[in-house]
Amino acid sequence: MTTEVKNLKGSSLARSKVQQQVINSLQKRHRQEKLFRGAGVTAVAISLLLVVLLFVNIFSKGLPAFWQHAIKVDIYFDPAVVQIAEKPVQQADESDNDFRQRDLEWRSSVGMINFNRLILDGLNKVIPDGQAHRRDLQRVVTSGERFAIRDMVINDPSVIGTTKSLYLLTDANIDVWLKGNIDRSLSDAQQQLSPKMREWVESLKAQGIIQNRFSFALFMNPDSRSSLASAGLAGAFMGSLYMMLVVIVLAIPMGVAAAIYLEEFAPKNKLTDLVEVNINNLAAVPSIVFGLLGASIFIGWFNLPMSAPVVGGLVLTLMTLPTVIIATRSTLKAIPPSIRQAALGLGASKSQAVFHHVLPLAIPGILTGSIIGVAQALGESAPLLLIGMKSFVASVPTSAMEQSTALPVQIYLWQGNELRNFFEARTSAAIIVLLALMLSLNSLAIWLRKRYEVRW
Amino acid sequence: MNNLSLILMLLVLMAIAYQFGMTRSRSIAGGNNSSSMHSRPHHYGMMVGLWAVLPPLAVMLVWNWLAPSVIDGMVIASIPAEFKPELEQAAIVMRRISNLAANFGIVAEAADWELNAASYLTGLKQQSALMLTALMFVVASLGLLLSFRKIQPSLRARHQVERVTMGLLLLCSTVAILTTVGIVLSMVGETLKFFTFVKPSEFFFGTTWNPRFSTAGVADGSLTGSQGSFGLLPLLSGTMLVALIAMIVAIPLGLMVAIYLAEYAPSKVRNTVKPVIEILAGIPTIVYGFFALVTVGPFLSDIGASMGLTIRATSALTAGVVMGIMIVPFISSLSDDILTQVPKTLRDGSLGLGATKSETIRKVVLPAALPGIVGAVLLAVSRAIGETMIVVLAAGNSPSVTANPFEAVSTVTVTIVNQLTGDNDFASPQSLVAFALGLTLFVITLLLNVVALVIVRKYREQYE
Repeated sequence: MTTEVKNLKGSSLARSKVQQQVINSLQKRHRQEKLFRGAGVTAVAISLLLVVLLFVNIFSKGLPAFWQHAIKVDIYFDPAVVQIAEKPVQQADESDNDFRQRDLEWRSSVGMINFNRLILDGLNKVIPDGQAHRRDLQRVVTSGERFAIRDMVINDPSVIGTTKSLYLLTDANIDVWLKGNIDRSLSDAQQQLSPKMREWVESLKAQGIIQNRFSFALFMNPDSRSSLASAGLAGAFMGSLYMMLVVIVLAIPMGVAAAIYLEEFAPKNKLTDLVEVNINNLAAVPSIVFGLLGASIFIGWFNLPMSAPVVGGLVLTLMTLPTVIIATRSTLKAIPPSIRQAALGLGASKSQAVFHHVLPLAIPGILTGSIIGVAQALGESAPLLLIGMKSFVASVPTSAMEQSTALPVQIYLWQGNELRNFFEARTSAAIIVLLALMLSLNSLAIWLRKRYEVRW
Repeated sequence: MNNLSLILMLLVLMAIAYQFGMTRSRSIAGGNNSSSMHSRPHHYGMMVGLWAVLPPLAVMLVWNWLAPSVIDGMVIASIPAEFKPELEQAAIVMRRISNLAANFGIVAEAADWELNAASYLTGLKQQSALMLTALMFVVASLGLLLSFRKIQPSLRARHQVERVTMGLLLLCSTVAILTTVGIVLSMVGETLKFFTFVKPSEFFFGTTWNPRFSTAGVADGSLTGSQGSFGLLPLLSGTMLVALIAMIVAIPLGLMVAIYLAEYAPSKVRNTVKPVIEILAGIPTIVYGFFALVTVGPFLSDIGASMGLTIRATSALTAGVVMGIMIVPFISSLSDDILTQVPKTLRDGSLGLGATKSETIRKVVLPAALPGIVGAVLLAVSRAIGETMIVVLAAGNSPSVTANPFEAVSTVTVTIVNQLTGDNDFASPQSLVAFALGLTLFVITLLLNVVALVIVRKYREQYE
């Protein structure tokens, strides 16, 4: 009896000792708890801050580039300067080749006309001492505008002899100066603009003849190296569009078919295991490796043209395929077996059960996965560099076989331009366009998922 | 008639054949009673459609594969004996002739025999197209007719259609394997070519990277004398340095975000914060590259200057930090999945014994989730190693073996881009080395991925 009492006493003593320890350490443990939780909150805050920082940074740099300085000039389409023959029309007895030849001749004859004269004449009216500084006067309006005027004449020859008031984009350096993107205190030798030009530009701006206007040049024009102020994204956009069409036409049907086979029909054996591991790996292969594949197989063996959207599209298709397959498979997996069993029980064949009952239910999930895959492909640039899509292309491609570049690659090209003051903003603007496209694709995917999601 | 319009015609034919087959099966069954037939009417329609379209399609593929070489052979054979080109010149001559035939310009005046050959070629091409169209028409009608006549109640049309569908599905799922095979074959082929110029030991263990330019016109033998050195180690060390910095940024940040979202955050916060952070994962890498080059690089450089350090604006640090930001959502969402998979009983047990929440997480949940998290980190490392655009823009491109993160470095991916986008001859070691580098990259990332996937999969099985 006594020993038991002793033991009890001893254990209660020990317990109180433990209790004491617990109580003593409690403060420290709670502090640790707070610290740990605080670290979590901080990490989330930092991550959110980074998202905000990234977007604020890009937008604050890029948004001003959507507005560009343009000068209001009255252009008189002087018939003495613009002497233009009748635009050729294909005759009934004329072969396509002959007509093309004649049209080309007519176009080159129009190209010989000095449209710059029209611009200079117009400028002389607003810049009184322009004649004395012809070299500076030449540089006020960016050189791409003379082609815009040429196209106006080609499209509608009736403008000849009339006077039109046009807003012409100023030279990139003028835009930089007026936006304050260059240090104005630099000495004359370091400035891109001559003192005379700066004086003109300031006074024209004050008179309201030069205005900062929303510019469609960024959207409507292809890239340009001679006329930086009118360099645009149209060519890159069309290139990306063709590539996405190739991806949509090839990757989605093939990926969905592959996923259906692997998920619904394939026997479970070593071979299908291998295919599965292979697809998972393919999804994690660096994108640049796909570029190497494209360079050596599509261009080296199949002799497809360099820089063509069709090759880019094929490379991106191979890259997107695993994404589509994985997304489709997980959607199919989520559809309860009872659907299949019900169909089979009523006498449907296996493929009837899959194509008539399972697949329709999987469509929202498949669409979501496919759109996310396409959005990823839209932003990819590394493999495109290797198949020659970083070459400078000054025209808008009219087919998938023509030379072209792509939106992300255009960003890469522009960030390397020498005129940093101008192109930093323009590159950011291009990024905004790309991000807007990708975000709208992604929100479409999210909307589809929310709208059609079925919970089992 | 070109291939596209032929295919369009086949599609139209298929629709017509489908209707034929369906009507026929209905009329055989008699009225609306199709229960006497083996398959549904649309199966018969589909069967007839496939029979009408697949054989001519096969004919077209074979024809397009064989016809060009046959035509070329005939044209070459038609050239008068005195102008007959040597075997290796035949391709050049053929290109001239086909350019002439297509009305493209060619260099120099065309000779009479060339013009003759060109018109012969045009004629042959027209004949070939006509013959192909006729043949396809015959085959298609035969297929349609025969299958149409075969329709009867006992015909198992559905089985035929399903077999074709299955074949198509199988074909699509082999594309993924073919891609892998293509990657491996093409890169191994070019890499072996590269190793005829440079010894593998020099490539794998060389410590200087200085490929020079491939000079046109240098004889094959003398190329080895002045071709520069292709040592992998500087590039590999640069890659590892950048990846290490990225991991130092991304692992703590990503893991803490995952822990907070999975364990602490109320569901409302979780549902808004998670997608916002995942935006980071959707941003194209070129955008990160630009951000690094224009904003982060100068910022780090300024900070360094204020602390008396010289940090270059484009350095391993810049590229690594930005890459880390890119990888945060990758690690956080993978780890989040893994943490939420840890069974609730483990947590309850620990909490029931009086542990605080953070003690439960650190001593129970994290150890249980560790294999999965290691897998996620390995996947992230493989992403970081294969990442291209950030390092192209922000790592500074100076291949040297250095452990100093403030210096400019070069990586494997940057070098692949540099070597393949310059003006190098495609068959020179300067270009071929890109494939050797690509193969190295592929093998490294493959190993990381396989290990990571095995770990992740094992872990999943444990708790499912």
